[in-house]
Amino acid sequence: MPLSIFEQNAIFGLLIGGLYGLAAVGLSLVFGVLKILNVAHGELLMLGGYAAFWLFTLWHVDPFMSLVPSAAAMFLIGALLYRLLFARLLYAPDDLKLKNSILIGFGLSLVLQTAALLAWTADERAVETAASGAVLPVGGVVVPVLRLASLGVAFAVLAGLHVFLQKTRWGTAVRATADDVEAAEIVGIPVPRVFLGAFGLGSALAGVAGALVSVTASVNPTVGLSWTLKALIVVVLGGMGNIFGTFVAGLFLGVAEAVSGFVLGNAYREIMGLVLFLVVISVRPQGLFSRE
Amino acid sequence: MTGRAAGVLTACGAAAAAAALALLPRATDNQAVLDWAFLVYLYAALAQSWNLLGGFAGQVNLGLAAFFGLGALVTRTLWLGGMPPAEALALGTAAATVTGVIIGAPCLRLRGPYFAIGTLAVAEILRITVGNALPNVSSLPARMLATYRLAPRYELALGLLAAVTAASWWLTRSRFGCGLTAIREDEGVAEAIGVHAFRHKFAAFILSALFAGAAGGVYGFYQLSFYPSSAFGPLWTFDPLLIVYLGGVGTVLGPLAGAAFFLLLREALSLRLGDFYLLVFGILFLVVVIAVPGGFMEAIRALGRRPEERTTP
Repeated sequence: MPLSIFEQNAIFGLLIGGLYGLAAVGLSLVFGVLKILNVAHGELLMLGGYAAFWLFTLWHVDPFMSLVPSAAAMFLIGALLYRLLFARLLYAPDDLKLKNSILIGFGLSLVLQTAALLAWTADERAVETAASGAVLPVGGVVVPVLRLASLGVAFAVLAGLHVFLQKTRWGTAVRATADDVEAAEIVGIPVPRVFLGAFGLGSALAGVAGALVSVTASVNPTVGLSWTLKALIVVVLGGMGNIFGTFVAGLFLGVAEAVSGFVLGNAYREIMGLVLFLVVISVRPQGLFSRE
Repeated sequence: MTGRAAGVLTACGAAAAAAALALLPRATDNQAVLDWAFLVYLYAALAQSWNLLGGFAGQVNLGLAAFFGLGALVTRTLWLGGMPPAEALALGTAAATVTGVIIGAPCLRLRGPYFAIGTLAVAEILRITVGNALPNVSSLPARMLATYRLAPRYELALGLLAAVTAASWWLTRSRFGCGLTAIREDEGVAEAIGVHAFRHKFAAFILSALFAGAAGGVYGFYQLSFYPSSAFGPLWTFDPLLIVYLGGVGTVLGPLAGAAFFLLLREALSLRLGDFYLLVFGILFLVVVIAVPGGFMEAIRALGRRPEERTTP
């Protein structure tokens, strides 16, 4: 029955799309606040994936339970990387800041990728829990339980981030800094700490996304670049600095990839996203779901 | 000494150096040395071609591998199909150049990070497509292996490097090159003083694509066997980028110094450290980008100045 196969593909796409959204929000947050592009975002996601894998494999910690401690650890790692690599860029002119951040991000991704390869080999790693094969039948299609749970976690994390940014004092400081650094400094916002926190938060979001990736798919040392590209595509589709726009764009990309993989053959699903990206940045650089 | 006289002197010195290097295959039979020198020329040529756009005009192109890969793929396919090497190389270079013309205009309309990521996306699209369409390894047939000699490939790579270095040197002295530099420093001001920014960037993009395609073609003759998609891999963009940043962005000699250092270090590290070399490499790259933003050429220049003139950038 081709129709139900089509629907099944679309559902899988929707479920993976939530992770695209989550991966992209961290990147978007860092870009929006610090005005730097961290092309090693995918490598941070990979680290989160390995954290979940090893916590589960060595100590049988359920990956959904380990999300909070590994997010905290990724926050600290992110803060450290920021201090070591990115902090001195901040007062450079925007143009130079962006260019150098891409170069630093590239060097960082090379280091993290090689370190992961040396430490954990090139094997594909995936968390296989008791619930891994479980599915919920819905109509003519099935919904894998763990992927549904991951989508739920992704949505909950983004909702939490939304509340943090909109309702708390620190969230307001982050938004103010993103809007205008100088004005934020004048009204007494500790801008260096906001930068540090935003980069740490972006890394933590990448870590959570990576843990969910290791549960629903798999990680290996070289997954970083393709996740960075996916996150960039989603950020551009959703429009910068728009959390729910980014999440919706993630779902959209997931479905678009799954459908094109179904229609054109699976080998071409990656290309669909890249082509979509090029089309959108050419005709609508402010994003598909942005109101500007 | 006038500027013109200094220029003539520099050109004579460079020609003498190139001629001396061209005689190296006659002076030594040591294949390891020739092979190393070949790779220095290839990487330096690729770095030089990135520098034409990235260094002089300040446009970070992360899709250089697309042109390198196309040059390698087209040249190799035509050559193995029986075409004489010179024509195959010319058509491979043309394929990369035409692709540069086609994608240059839409890519250059993108600003800042969008240009960098857009070009990376183009290269990835080509890499994945070529990997799907041509999944088999491309090896030289036995009859070609029997007559394989390194010396002509060495001379070809040296000639390519000389050509792209001459182009780069021309940029430092011509009106066109000044226009590119003005765009790098401030595009708005450049436009205001009458530099047509888009035309300048587009021409530099095409020139860069042309030389990267030619470098790919040389690689297509040189490599005994490779997957066609591997020549489109992101490392063919990032290694030249690393070399340019090591040597000095927007300088003529920087990519040459960077490439020699890069390959010396790679040989030394991969012999001693095995798999660890990429790790050391990445850390080195970070140190250079953060601590010596101008690369070797800037460091040398800073040493040459009197202490009171020295400023930390």
